[in-house]
Amino acid sequence: MASVAKTDPHHAGDAPHAHPPTSTGLNHRKIAVWAFIGSECMLFVSLISTYLIYKGKSLAGPYPHEWWCRATNTIAKSAAELGQCAPAETFKPILNIPVTSASTFVLLMSSLAMVLALAAVENADLPMPSGAWDRILRSSKTWLWMTAILGTTFLGFQAYEFTSFVHEGLTIRTNLFGSSFFTLTGFHGAHVTVGVLWLLALLGIDYKRGLKPADALNVDIAALYWHFVDVVWIAIFTLIYLIQ
Amino acid sequence: MANEVAHAADAHGAHADDHFHPQWSTYWKVAVVLTAITVVEVWIYYIPSFVASKLFVPSLLIMSAVKFAIVVMFYMHLKYDHKLFRALFTGPLLIAIGTLFGLMFLFGKLAIRLGLGAG
Repeated sequence: MASVAKTDPHHAGDAPHAHPPTSTGLNHRKIAVWAFIGSECMLFVSLISTYLIYKGKSLAGPYPHEWWCRATNTIAKSAAELGQCAPAETFKPILNIPVTSASTFVLLMSSLAMVLALAAVENADLPMPSGAWDRILRSSKTWLWMTAILGTTFLGFQAYEFTSFVHEGLTIRTNLFGSSFFTLTGFHGAHVTVGVLWLLALLGIDYKRGLKPADALNVDIAALYWHFVDVVWIAIFTLIYLIQ
Repeated sequence: MANEVAHAADAHGAHADDHFHPQWSTYWKVAVVLTAITVVEVWIYYIPSFVASKLFVPSLLIMSAVKFAIVVMFYMHLKYDHKLFRALFTGPLLIAIGTLFGLMFLFGKLAIRLGLGAG
């Protein structure tokens, strides 16, 4: 179980790809991406705050966790509690927890694939191991593809969710819940889309000339953005989907 | 073994600890923990007696915070990175969370829960 130590490609002062001297000794691009992520925290917390403030204030359904009778405009925790309500006028809780749980798992696994892609790029110049699994671990293309596919799968889940909501009568204009929900999750979905495009661009570079340890910072920055999108979803999943 | 590769060394000797990245096996363990917490979160959602109890919301918030922290520390490498990066992330995050709590109080969401509402 021998450990192999390796010079960090981000900060190696003598390496040809090292960043120019800075007052902090840190790469300015990495500082910029962390500052950007900090500002994104504020954006998403403001959207989450808006959702929470409007929660329970909608004058009409459909509602996230409650049953709703449109004819009498009554809300209940179960269909039985609604009393007599025509089936066409009865709306079930709109959030689909099993589907969203699956999409949450997919996004968590995409973060694992992304961090493995970064590790593969950082170790690209080490001798290729003989074991099949170790060779897979060292393939940046495999993990970048995996991340992009999982990200696209998450977007597919979101497209399915949005479509089913619209079919069930909830649009961005229906009520306060619809407005705040679609705005929040739509912004998140847009971020995931940007992340997938970023990953595809990295894959293009990888196929063209191969990603080397000198490119690790570029992959690291993309990875930071991708993980941030993941942690935002961790908060959204709990605050919007699970807490009733 | 290839999955034992670590990246501890740094040409800037004084900052050696700032750029350490965990081993591949650590990333897999983190993924298992994240999945396990998510399973527990969804599981308790389907226990009506637990949903009705006062423990439901705090336990979900704690589990979510743990997942958030794990991803930030291990996958985003903030545990091993420079202090400035930590400050750039946690500073705005704390301001944002403070704003969230402020807004919840202003709009009566927390006051009602704490029994401090008007009336």
